[in-house]
Amino acid sequence: MHYSLRDARFRALVFQVVALGAVLAALAYLVSNTVTNLEARKIASGFGFLAREAGFAIGETTFIVYSAADSYLRALAVGLANTFRVALVGVVLATVVGTLVGLARLSSNWLVSRLATLYVEVLRNVPLLVQLFFWYAIISENLPGPRAALNPLPGVFLSNRGIAVPTLVIESAHAWVLGAFGLGLLLAWRLAVWARRRQARTGQQFHAFWAGLAIALGLPLAVFLGAGAPSALEVPALAGFNFAGGATLTPEFAALLAGLTIYTASFIAEIVRAGVLAVQRGQFEAAYALGLHRNLAMRLVVLPQALRVIVPPLTSQYLNLTKNSSLAVAIGYPDIVSIANTAINQTGQAIEGIAIIMTVYLTISLSISAFMNWYNKRIALVER
Amino acid sequence: MGSDPFIAGPGQARTKGSDPKVALAWAREHLFSSWGNTAVTLMIVYLLWKLMLPFLDWALVKAVWWSPDGKACRVEDSGACWALIADKHRFMLFGTYPFDAQWRPALASLIFVALYVVSAIRACWRPWLALVWLGGLAAIGVLMWGGVFGMVYVENERWGGLALTLLLATFGIAIAFPLSILLALARRSTMPVIRWLAIGYIELIRGVPLISLLFMASVMLPLFLPEGVTIDKLLRAQIAMILFAAAYLAEVVRGGLQAIPRGQYEAAQALGLSYWKMMGFIILPQALRISIPPLVNTFIGFFKDTSLVLIIGLFDLLTTVKVSLTEPKWTGFGVEAYIFASAVYFIFCFAMSRYSQALEASLGAAQSRGTNGAGKGVA
Repeated sequence: MHYSLRDARFRALVFQVVALGAVLAALAYLVSNTVTNLEARKIASGFGFLAREAGFAIGETTFIVYSAADSYLRALAVGLANTFRVALVGVVLATVVGTLVGLARLSSNWLVSRLATLYVEVLRNVPLLVQLFFWYAIISENLPGPRAALNPLPGVFLSNRGIAVPTLVIESAHAWVLGAFGLGLLLAWRLAVWARRRQARTGQQFHAFWAGLAIALGLPLAVFLGAGAPSALEVPALAGFNFAGGATLTPEFAALLAGLTIYTASFIAEIVRAGVLAVQRGQFEAAYALGLHRNLAMRLVVLPQALRVIVPPLTSQYLNLTKNSSLAVAIGYPDIVSIANTAINQTGQAIEGIAIIMTVYLTISLSISAFMNWYNKRIALVER
Repeated sequence: MGSDPFIAGPGQARTKGSDPKVALAWAREHLFSSWGNTAVTLMIVYLLWKLMLPFLDWALVKAVWWSPDGKACRVEDSGACWALIADKHRFMLFGTYPFDAQWRPALASLIFVALYVVSAIRACWRPWLALVWLGGLAAIGVLMWGGVFGMVYVENERWGGLALTLLLATFGIAIAFPLSILLALARRSTMPVIRWLAIGYIELIRGVPLISLLFMASVMLPLFLPEGVTIDKLLRAQIAMILFAAAYLAEVVRGGLQAIPRGQYEAAQALGLSYWKMMGFIILPQALRISIPPLVNTFIGFFKDTSLVLIIGLFDLLTTVKVSLTEPKWTGFGVEAYIFASAVYFIFCFAMSRYSQALEASLGAAQSRGTNGAGKGVA
C-alpha cells in the first residue's frame, strides 16, 4: 500500500476512518448536549425508575395481574403482553382473511373477484390510523348501550362497551383433553416419519395424513367424551350497566384488532395472489404428465414454488402488523408504546422510555429477520 | 380494471349490455358457470341487497346535507350527517390558518398536485424537472409563510389540514430521496465501515415503528440540541419523517441497483469512468428507472404514514377531522367524519397506485420486448 491518496486502497481506508470519525464525533456531540440538558432540567437518568411504583391503572391486562401499586417494570410487562396478544391474534386472522381475499381475486366468478378487488383497493389506500378511528367510532358511538345490545349469535353481545362472548367453564378434564391432543400430534408426526421412511425403502404407500389427522383429533375427542363431555358455557348476562360473566373484548381491543386485521389482510391478499400467479401453468401440467394426483401435484410441485414467493413478503407483513399495533396509543389500548408513553409523561425520562420501545421492536424485528434468513437459505433455489 | 384478456371468454365485458345474447353468454360464463358458482353469485347478490339498501338509505336517502347547528342530525331516524362536512370542511382542509388567507394553502395544495402530475409524465423526466420542483416548493413556502407581496405572515404553528399533510409528505420525500440514494450506494459499497454504517442505520430505522421515531423527535430531539437552540414541532416531525422515509427508500433503490447486470459496471470501469461518473451516468439512471414503481408504492405508504403526526399533536388532515368532532354540536358523528378523511386519502393514494401499476406495465413491456412472456401473470 502506498501512503498516498492516489492509491485506491489507502484512499478507501482514509475515507472510512474519516466517516467513522465524523459519525462518532456527531454522536459524542449529541450525547454531551443531552447530558448538559438533562442536568440543566434536573432529570435523573438511568433505569432506576423501573422499580418505582407506577401509580396508574391499566384498563386491560393479559395474563399478568397488575394494580396501580405495582412497579413501572410490571406495567411495561403488561403492555408488552398486550402488544403480543393483539399482534398474535391479528396475524392469524389477517392470514386467514388475506388468503381468502387473495384467492377470491383469482376466482372465475366475476362478482367474487370484483368484490375482492374492491376490498383490496379501498383498504390498502386508506391510512390504518383512519381505519382504527373509524372502527373505534363505530363501536363506541354507533353500537347501542349494553341494555339494547345487538345479539347476532346466541351468547354474543355487541354493545358500546365491547364485545361480550361466552367462555368455557374450565374443568380439570380439559387439561386432559389438551394433553391428549398433544400426544395425538406427537403420534401423528411419528406416523408420518415412519410412513415416509417405509415408502422410501419399500415403495409401499400409506395414507399418513388422514391416519394422523384421525389420531390427532380422535384421541382428544375420546378423552373428552370419556370425561362426560364437560362443556358448560359461561354466557355473559346483563348485570347493572354492563355484562358480567363470559369474556369481554374491550372496544379498544376490538377496534385495534379489526383495523389491523382488515388493513393487513388487504396486503396479504395481494401477496397470496402474486404467489399463485407466479407458478406457471406448465408446472401443473408437468406434474400431471408425471402422473401425480391433483393433491400431490399441489403439495409437491405448486405449493413449494408459490410459498417461496409468498413467505418472505408475508413475514414482512407480520412484522408490519406488529409494528402497526403501536398505533394502539391513539385509541387508548394499553400496548407497550402507550404504557411507555405514560411512563415518559410521569417520570420525564424520555430517553429511557423510547429506548425501551425501540429495544422491544428491534428484538422482534431482528428475530423475525433471522428466521427469514434461515428460511430463505433453506428454500433458495440451488442452481447448478 | 380491464378484465384479463387471456381468461375472459368470447363476449367481452366491453360489449355486454349492448346485445342481450352476448350479455347472457357473458353472465353464464362469469357468474353461473357451475352450480357452485351460481349458488355463490346468488348468495352475494342477496347479501349485497340486504346490506347495500340500508347503507344507501343511510348514506344518501335519509342523509342530512345541510344543518349549520347540527340539530337536524340529531332527529330520530335521520341518516348520515354530511352537514358536519359541509360546516367544517374549511377547518378540515386548512386547519387554523387565518380564514381570509385560506386561498394560500389552497393554492399551495394545487401546486403540490401540479408537481405530482408533471412528475408523472414521462416526457418530463429531464434534469429541468428538478428545477421545476425547486421552484414549486419555493413558491409553496412563500405562499404558506407569507410576509412578502402584501401577504400576512403566518407562523407554521397555524398550518394545518390537507395542506400540512401534503407538505409533510412532499417535503419528506423530496429530501429523503437524495439521502436514500446515498444510503443505498453506501450499503453496496466495498468499504466495510461505510457499508456497516449504512446497514446499521437502515435496519435500525426499519426495525422500529414510526411512532417511536416521532416520539423521539418530539421529546428527545430538544435534549440533543445545544442550549438555547430550539426547533419547532413541525420541523422536528418533518426530520423524523425524512429519516424514516430515507431508510425505506434506500432499500428500494438498492433493489434497483442489484438488478443492474455486472457487465454495466464493468463496461463503465473499462471506459475509465470514476466511481461517481459510473454511478451518475451509467448505473443510477437505469437503476432508478426500474425502481420507479416500487418507489411510488413507498411514497403511497409514506403519504398514509403522515397521519401518524396526529399522535404528537400536529394539525394534519386526520387531526383536524378528529378535532372537528370535539365541537359539542358534532360529537358522535365519527363515522361520517372518518369516511370523509378516508375519501381524501383514498383519492391521492389510489391515483398514485393506479399510476404505479400503469407505469410498471409499460416499463415492463419495454423491458421484456422480444422475450417470451407467455404464461406469466400480471403479478
